[in-house]
Amino acid sequence: MPEFTPPQVQLAGVAPEITLLVSALILLIVDTLIGERPNRWFLPVMATAGLVLAGAFAASTWGDNELQLSGAIALDGFASFVKISLAVFGLLTVWVGRDYLVRDALEDSEFYALVLLAVAGMMLMAAAADLIIMFLALETFSIALYVLVAFKSGSLTSQESAMKYFLLGAFSSAFFLLGIALTYGAVGSTALYGGRDPVSEPGIASFLSTSPTANTGLLVLATGFLIIGLGFKIAAVPFHAWTPDAYQGAPSPITGFMAAGTKFAAFAAILRLFDATLFSLRAEWRPLVIAIAVATMIIGSVLAVVQDDIKRLLAYSSIAHAGFILTAVIAANDRGVSGALFYLATYGLAVLGAFAVVSVVSGQDEARVRLAGYKGLFFDHPALAVALTLFLLSLAGVPVTAGFFGKLVVFGAAVQASYSWVVAIGVITSAIAAFFYLKIMVRMYLEESEGESSPLPIGRLAAGVIAITAVATIGFGVVPGPLLRAAEDATMFFQPAPETGQAPLGG
Amino acid sequence: MIALIIFGAVFVFALGCSIAMLFAKNAVHTALFLVGSQVALAVAFLLQGAHFVAAVQIIIYAGAIMVLFLFVVMLLGVDRSEVLVEPLPAQRQLALALGALLAAGITYIALTSVDLIGADRTQDLAAINRNPGNVLAVARTLFSRYLLGFEATSVLLVAAIVGVMVLARRVDSVTALGAEAPSSEEREVA
Repeated sequence: MPEFTPPQVQLAGVAPEITLLVSALILLIVDTLIGERPNRWFLPVMATAGLVLAGAFAASTWGDNELQLSGAIALDGFASFVKISLAVFGLLTVWVGRDYLVRDALEDSEFYALVLLAVAGMMLMAAAADLIIMFLALETFSIALYVLVAFKSGSLTSQESAMKYFLLGAFSSAFFLLGIALTYGAVGSTALYGGRDPVSEPGIASFLSTSPTANTGLLVLATGFLIIGLGFKIAAVPFHAWTPDAYQGAPSPITGFMAAGTKFAAFAAILRLFDATLFSLRAEWRPLVIAIAVATMIIGSVLAVVQDDIKRLLAYSSIAHAGFILTAVIAANDRGVSGALFYLATYGLAVLGAFAVVSVVSGQDEARVRLAGYKGLFFDHPALAVALTLFLLSLAGVPVTAGFFGKLVVFGAAVQASYSWVVAIGVITSAIAAFFYLKIMVRMYLEESEGESSPLPIGRLAAGVIAITAVATIGFGVVPGPLLRAAEDATMFFQPAPETGQAPLGG
Repeated sequence: MIALIIFGAVFVFALGCSIAMLFAKNAVHTALFLVGSQVALAVAFLLQGAHFVAAVQIIIYAGAIMVLFLFVVMLLGVDRSEVLVEPLPAQRQLALALGALLAAGITYIALTSVDLIGADRTQDLAAINRNPGNVLAVARTLFSRYLLGFEATSVLLVAAIVGVMVLARRVDSVTALGAEAPSSEEREVA
């Protein structure tokens, strides 16, 4: 073995994550030094500054195509796109969360610190080019989210849902870890890509392009375990059981963040792992992913119909959406990757907006989350009702909203890859899903409100978030071009090695 | 030959500890038997030439984790007897069936020597053990190839510590809410 060569440490690739970690620590220290104050406005301000800076760092590496830190992370447009979206999701969560915490007298610096750490973990997940890094990133944001779900002090539902989320999450992490171990056994490395020389710098992609297919048995087994671990995070059937409980018990801003952020980070890992790294094994993993996608779409849509709690309903809707996005993974082509990015960005905005409305309407201690509570909302609070309608239409995929184009590109990619029958199931389940979104709208517009209408205190930050997400949902629905082009430009890293003969796959 | 004798002794000891662990009535005895089995495994790792893993096995598993187990056992009360009701009715039969399946699988692989991995890496380990040594090689890899992973682990621990602070500070308000949950004073008395 040669003498110790110190690694090349380039900080540009992990600058967003470092920024978030540092701002989380500064936030905790400053809060301790300043002590108890009635109005701690500086906490959300510092969180905002950290997230904006992290987003800017992520944007500055747009269009790069290289591996950094000994092949641990990939610097590419794909990671930049996901990181910028996650920074935006984080900002919206912090703002809605601030109003929520002040209303329920829960404000603590730890809330912001944990949101920042969760975003840092999600960003690292999007850039991870090594299964070990991917696992550490997954655990970082998962642990932050377990605690955030339990953040409603004094609420047994919140504690219970956090416990369920934690136990099942730990269980699924074990599967993911076993998948990594088996991958190491098969390949001799946990790196996704590997260097140009497959002997000295082994990686999954270079292993697959150089070794005969007879040796991939263990890797196929590992792939199955990796699907379980990541399928849990995206809430795919049959790993979805935690979703309704966790979404129901968590504080509403955190529920929105889980739906938008966790899904984006986990899908980023899935796209990088399956559509790029394990691309040549697609004949093996495709049937499995197709089965999961079909089950997810059907069960998510059908079970949502019978829910009478809006947070549970949106949880089942998020399960169904995971199935729709999986059709893009099945397609495993350029349009699938860019379509999934577009879908996840617009879905995240709509679902964050929807949960911002839920967070406002549910009132103190989230007492009003039944669907019956939404009766006649239009007559009491027309702006809230119209905004929620817009988000629900986008989730349903109605034209002129961003959700329509999301479904169009995702299903288009699957049709291009000749999986029309999966798309047919997707379209049918979308129609079922439209039914329960309509159910909420009927309550809001056509039914009388029960009892007296109590005044709803709408914070300025929450109102701002609802306005921003509503404008974005309509904006990307009318003019989807710029975001779609950005998603197409966000290509994934590919090894510029002509001798492997594997076509580069990008977004 | 000596290695084989040590190997046999270690595994008899490990198996004995594991079986005793299952039948021990006292929770503290169970934990101690588990420590014995972990130490035996560490010796087995040493025999295989995996010095670093052996040290980690002792420090982390036999040391830190078992101390944590004992802490929890002490906190819950050593002499508190549990009413054992099995919530899953068929779990004993299921466990036997799955265990038999696992044993059959291992036997099959051992008898047919199915080559799942493809490459024999034991020679690599022997070469590294000669120069520069197991622990040094692990250190070099950890601080070069896996530097980011090493640092990311610290971020993970920061997230966990912040989380523990949140949860620990809020325990009182939750127990005050649930009437059936005993207060912290009552638990201390008990």
